[in-house]
Amino acid sequence: MTNETILEAQNLRKSFGGLIAVDDVSIQIAKGSMHAIIGPNGAGKTTFFNLLSGMMSPDSGKIFYKGENITNVAPQRRAHMGIGRSFQITNIFPNLNVLENIRLGTQAMGKDNFRFFSLAERYPIYVEKALEVIDLVGLRGREGVLARNLAHGEKRKLELGIMLSTEPELLLFDEPTAGMSSEQVPELIEIINKVVHLKSSTAILVEHRMDMVMSVSDRITVMAQGRLLAEGTPHEIAHNAQVQAAYLGDLYGELV
Amino acid sequence: MKSNNRKKDIGFIIFVVLAFAFPFIFSLLGQTSLTEGINKFWQGQLINFFIMAVFAMSYDLLIGYAGMLSFGHAASFGGGAYTVALLLTHVAPGILKSYRIFIGNLNITEIVILIMCFLAAILVSILIGLLFSASAMRVKGAYFAMLTLALATALNLLARATDFVEWTGADEGMHGVPVPMWINPTQNRLTFYFIALTFMVVAYLLMKRIVSSPTGRVIQATRENEDRSRMIGYNPVTYRTLAFVIASVFAGVAGGLYSLWTTSATPSMTSSVTTVNALIMTIFGGMGTLIGPILGAGIMQIFSQFLYTWFGARWPLVFGIIFVLIVMFLPYGIVGTWRLQGFKLKQGWQRLLGMLKSKD
Repeated sequence: MTNETILEAQNLRKSFGGLIAVDDVSIQIAKGSMHAIIGPNGAGKTTFFNLLSGMMSPDSGKIFYKGENITNVAPQRRAHMGIGRSFQITNIFPNLNVLENIRLGTQAMGKDNFRFFSLAERYPIYVEKALEVIDLVGLRGREGVLARNLAHGEKRKLELGIMLSTEPELLLFDEPTAGMSSEQVPELIEIINKVVHLKSSTAILVEHRMDMVMSVSDRITVMAQGRLLAEGTPHEIAHNAQVQAAYLGDLYGELV
Repeated sequence: MKSNNRKKDIGFIIFVVLAFAFPFIFSLLGQTSLTEGINKFWQGQLINFFIMAVFAMSYDLLIGYAGMLSFGHAASFGGGAYTVALLLTHVAPGILKSYRIFIGNLNITEIVILIMCFLAAILVSILIGLLFSASAMRVKGAYFAMLTLALATALNLLARATDFVEWTGADEGMHGVPVPMWINPTQNRLTFYFIALTFMVVAYLLMKRIVSSPTGRVIQATRENEDRSRMIGYNPVTYRTLAFVIASVFAGVAGGLYSLWTTSATPSMTSSVTTVNALIMTIFGGMGTLIGPILGAGIMQIFSQFLYTWFGARWPLVFGIIFVLIVMFLPYGIVGTWRLQGFKLKQGWQRLLGMLKSKD
């Protein structure tokens, strides 16, 4: 971890009608770190993520990526700048097979997107890269299966695979373990750790599973009701009285 | 996977060879003339089928591959038909009077004019495609369908406008378009037959190439999941516009050829009925298969022929019932269901009974 900041949000604000989902949130993400964002349901975590990934634009505030203002940059441009995102609700290409799901991402970063009259198979580089990603997320042997026919756990892996296919430097994980059984979680955590450390990329992680957050992240930001409640190392957060009161509650007892 | 593809290719090659040999085989078997009578009649039926097959395939690009339900696809078809008919009727005669260049028996001027007509049709259909994309792409689903319907209706009204009656014939449309003798479907039907067949084969191969190309794959990704395609770096609007324009060009050229075939251009070519015909053919054969719409166009051609003989003007009623049965028993169309090996008689019955019951 260095002291360099890869992503910075300044006073982000987003409201839907009367509801203020994200209220004056500022955050700095250090390059190479694993930064978790936690908070109870409705704390505005997913909206905050949508702002970072460009799916929504903020009412006010600014976002800087590597020093560049990307507040109003379209999501597809952000993808090319090196920001990748996974979704809480599995968001895959259901009627395409696993290989194609990931190959599309590797192709997106190449220069062959506007070729009409040559077969996609003529560009083996994208298939090779896609197979590397498939190995990484542990879907080897399932390349030919239609995405919609995968088991839930496999879909979650594919979800990660699609994000990794564009080789992002900044990874936005939106509850990667959503809906997974406790037995499946360690494998996924291992994949995430491998990805982040192998490629020395930066990760922002929204997660509900407290045990997971505490063990994998370098820093934790706590959100509640759209606001920043606290930020610190896992140790600091676990012993923050404010956080305990607002969020951890009984769960804190389990942790100690 | 590969052997499966090869099998499909072999099927298509056999079909093409048979289609090219058809007039000769028919003539040999029936001891009939190649260029007259029943043989000529069936050539005509097949010409119609070839052209409509391309139109249906272009519709499949939109609905099956790009996932856009357009009710205005006839605008491109009619746009192409009117472009060719207008140029041949109002511009070509003047040029033909002043320039006559021959190489042997070939009237080069005529050929050049015809090529220019089709280039103009391509240009017009590109513009129509862009116009539709620019105005309808901002909305989705039913709104998109309604906007495309509205735009096509506007074009239909333009074709029927009495203001341009001297040019377009308004409600009557244009008839007796001066089609050059060597390609004239009345005098030289066999030539036209081979041209239409070649057009269909080339269009099929091109479209098949396009949907398997890197760009075609992205188009399918935007159909599958727009948000996700955005998050991995694609702008869905760009790819949808591309799909729209490509589909529009194929429809426009098919329309141009159709105006040569019927030596006419009529407002009905731009009407929603024409679009719905393509939709029915595509659903019949199977969306997202390309070969399906060809099959659908063929079935529609045969049905319209025989059902008309048997039931007269009420044939669409019978056809409607057949269509409902197809949708119930073969929800992915003929080719789609075949590929998924998903023909389930029992489920079909259940769907049908469910539909009948819900009426009570």
